[in-house]
Amino acid sequence: MLKISLEKLDDLFALAAQKQTLYIPADRKDGGAEFTKWENGIKLSNALNTVRSAKDFFFPQTENLVDFKMEGKNIEVIDIREESEDFVIFGVRACDAESFKILDSVYLSDPVDSYYKNRRDHATVVTMACNRPSETCFCSAFGIDATAPDGDAACYSDGKNLFIEAFTDKGKAFVDSVTSLLEEGDTAELEAVQAKTKEILSQLPLANLSTDSFGGDKLNELFNSEKWSELSESCLACGTCTFVCPTCQCYDIKDFNTGHGIKRFRCWDSCMYSDFTKMAHGNPRLTQVERFRQRFMHKLVYYPANNNGKFGCVGCGRCLSKCPISMNIVKVMKALEVK
Amino acid sequence: MNNDTLIPHIGVVTDIRIDTPDVKTFRVVSPEGGKVFEHMPGQCAMLSIPGVGEAMFSITSSPTNKEYMEFSIKKCGCLTNWLHMMDVGQQITIRGPYGNAFPVETELKGKDLLFIAGGIGLAPLRSVINYVRDNRANYGDVQIVYGSRSKQDLVDYDEILNEWMKDDNVDVNLTIDNPQNDWDGHVGFVPNFVKELAPSTNKTVLVCGPPIMIKFTLNALKEIGFTETQVYTTMELRMKCGVGKCGRCNIGNKYVCKDGPVFRYDELGELPDEY
Amino acid sequence: MQKAIIEKAKQMLADGSVNRVIGWKKGEFAYDVTPAVFETAEEIDRDFVYDVFTSSNVSKYLVKETKKEGKVLVFLKPCDTYSFNQLVKEHRINRDNVYVVGIECWGKADIEKIKASGISGIKSITNNEGTLTIDTIYGTETIPAYEVMAERCLNCKSKKHVDYDELIGEDGEVIETERFDMVAQLEAMTAEERYNFWREQLSKCIRCNACRNVCPACTCEKCVFDNDDSGIANKAAADSFEEKMFHIIRAFHVAGRCTDCGECSRVCPQNIPLHLLNRKFIKDINELYGEYQAGADTESRAPLNDYTFDDCEASVVHERGVE
Repeated sequence: MLKISLEKLDDLFALAAQKQTLYIPADRKDGGAEFTKWENGIKLSNALNTVRSAKDFFFPQTENLVDFKMEGKNIEVIDIREESEDFVIFGVRACDAESFKILDSVYLSDPVDSYYKNRRDHATVVTMACNRPSETCFCSAFGIDATAPDGDAACYSDGKNLFIEAFTDKGKAFVDSVTSLLEEGDTAELEAVQAKTKEILSQLPLANLSTDSFGGDKLNELFNSEKWSELSESCLACGTCTFVCPTCQCYDIKDFNTGHGIKRFRCWDSCMYSDFTKMAHGNPRLTQVERFRQRFMHKLVYYPANNNGKFGCVGCGRCLSKCPISMNIVKVMKALEVK
Repeated sequence: MNNDTLIPHIGVVTDIRIDTPDVKTFRVVSPEGGKVFEHMPGQCAMLSIPGVGEAMFSITSSPTNKEYMEFSIKKCGCLTNWLHMMDVGQQITIRGPYGNAFPVETELKGKDLLFIAGGIGLAPLRSVINYVRDNRANYGDVQIVYGSRSKQDLVDYDEILNEWMKDDNVDVNLTIDNPQNDWDGHVGFVPNFVKELAPSTNKTVLVCGPPIMIKFTLNALKEIGFTETQVYTTMELRMKCGVGKCGRCNIGNKYVCKDGPVFRYDELGELPDEY
Repeated sequence: MQKAIIEKAKQMLADGSVNRVIGWKKGEFAYDVTPAVFETAEEIDRDFVYDVFTSSNVSKYLVKETKKEGKVLVFLKPCDTYSFNQLVKEHRINRDNVYVVGIECWGKADIEKIKASGISGIKSITNNEGTLTIDTIYGTETIPAYEVMAERCLNCKSKKHVDYDELIGEDGEVIETERFDMVAQLEAMTAEERYNFWREQLSKCIRCNACRNVCPACTCEKCVFDNDDSGIANKAAADSFEEKMFHIIRAFHVAGRCTDCGECSRVCPQNIPLHLLNRKFIKDINELYGEYQAGADTESRAPLNDYTFDDCEASVVHERGVE
């Protein structure tokens, strides 16, 4: 496999960034990592994962959809879409890479969301295998191998060298763009590192989290469970879990009057919010119990029902670290589990 | 880049009919004239006034109408208030058609049909009724039961009186909730009226109205001997995208905007009770 | 401490003096505790926890819980009693329906600080007289608890319980702190530097509303930011000014009522130091209207709700704002 010394990573980034915009996880100065546009001096973070997920690249928190000009009784519709530039996201973890497939199943299914597709088409996803998973990780519950991430190309580190392997044409193009820095390397040490990581993964506290009690065929028993009210009782009804989640894809569409015209934009929305289903004449989800239930039912039952049993969660653990009251999908799954 | 479903077309409001104190019917054509798009009975469209809001409305007119689309809209929120203040000539934005339709070309074909509507619930059924009337040979008996709070609240009353009731092939039964001086027709709630009429149980039923009316009508139908597989209804939930992506109208594994709004009652029974 | 609290809770449930107990429920790991309502001794024995990670302020849950039938027992740390008192003062909590047990607190650990020090794969954490022994998949580490103490605890304003029916442990004193130091540093900046500081911080905001929803001073039935008719009810920033507006309006709205409990900064997934906005208001109120601590009592009139001849003139406030 092709490799580069970890000490030369900056050279690799510099070369890749000459060709297209490159984003890598970098530490913020006040803590936490986030995908940052690479420029000289930006260092690859050692953090296991970014605070915000990589979905932001394809499904940004907010984006303009269309502009309107209003004149008297007339309306002009202005298509503001522009072809995205090519870009590379480097250092995406296996869980986030898997989340793209879930987002794709929503946004690329008919009718295709052209805004999403535009960015997806122009992005090259270079993933990074995990060597140091954390207690909040449970990707293996969803069949994800953190040591063998998907993507257009994948990178693996053995502590000294970074090995790189392309899976798609876009991945090959990326590898080609930095090929002058790469050399053939022996993967023996890497294989040892991977084996060790696999062993750690199997020892994680959530390694044995079972999904057996969930799926599209368990709708009624799970929906009608009495446990929802207790599980949701201290939920603050904020959107933290939704917004840090790599697979949450619900959105709202709103209009904003700039004074010179109307901008119609979409932004992340959360089923945890009270107005999510509110209509002029009422709200079918009146209390937090129903809203809380919706989020987990969607990931564990409704999504699998429509997607051949695939779950709508990738086990990245962001909601576990970020929920203000530490209520999360793992606690929900354990509480609802039929033993 | 392909045109995106989220980018709307322009529609021009060419006629506004005052139906009831809080319902108006808007006629919409494209700026070049003619319909903005084709649809099937029961499908919906997203109408919007940019800067005010966008919402899903059922298309009230029949697809057999080749000149324009109509929307009967009840004033009940921010956008609908604005729509009610419009004058003829106003442009709006429109996108669609969204959702499935009543199965007029499949399951409903050749069947005796019973339409049951309450209040503004007539809006989506009007499209089917007129489609059936325009393709009369394809269907059996047509019976309509329609009720509202008062005579003034009957939507499309002129069309009902002058067209449907004069049509020999259509049996129209009207009712209002409370007696009123200028009304010599039936008085009482729709579900009880249905029981009184005791329709033959070989009919296929299309029902739409306020949730409470639907609930009691379904009970009445069951009492008479109808089964859930004979009954279709159309649903309403909050929607934003109209294409099953924004997540808002998700109930169980269905999206009302995409998999609905028309559901057969037995299908609805399989969904969680959250609507 | 935990033992005494659990005994108290079980005893009051058993003798019928309360129907429910608000406290903290243990999680999957050593640190992910969840505020919870307990109704039986079994639940309490199984799940109740009070330790170095039970940092959430549970006083806001009383708004909902004291509206219900029966009486509820709540365990409040000193800083929580200020929030509690303020809510009583604002008639948001029915004081008759709650029995307050004040509990001693020596500061809470911030799991983010522990993780930021590079510790990962945590299996268990034990606290041995101020030293945390952290057992991880990658080995065992020990850290003095004060090194990973939450910022708000390092700047603890009071170990005194301002309201309680009963105490477990000792009551302490109000503490002279350096909590306004960072505010003073911000004040010393030029307007542009300060603007840049807040722009950088607030642009991280993802509008999850966690700060608002956790805030004991934010108990409006309907928030202006959720009210479609307000014209500002956007879930995202429609322009670059809006993300600042949300936080500035919120800070204004809680000014004079914020007790500086620090929950806003604790819950922020983006680590925005939101408490600094509130502390700026507290510092200004102290300087312009005299020392005032929201929640310290339930009787006094808040400076911003009260007019006295000694109030500073509007011109003074204006001049302070001029660079």
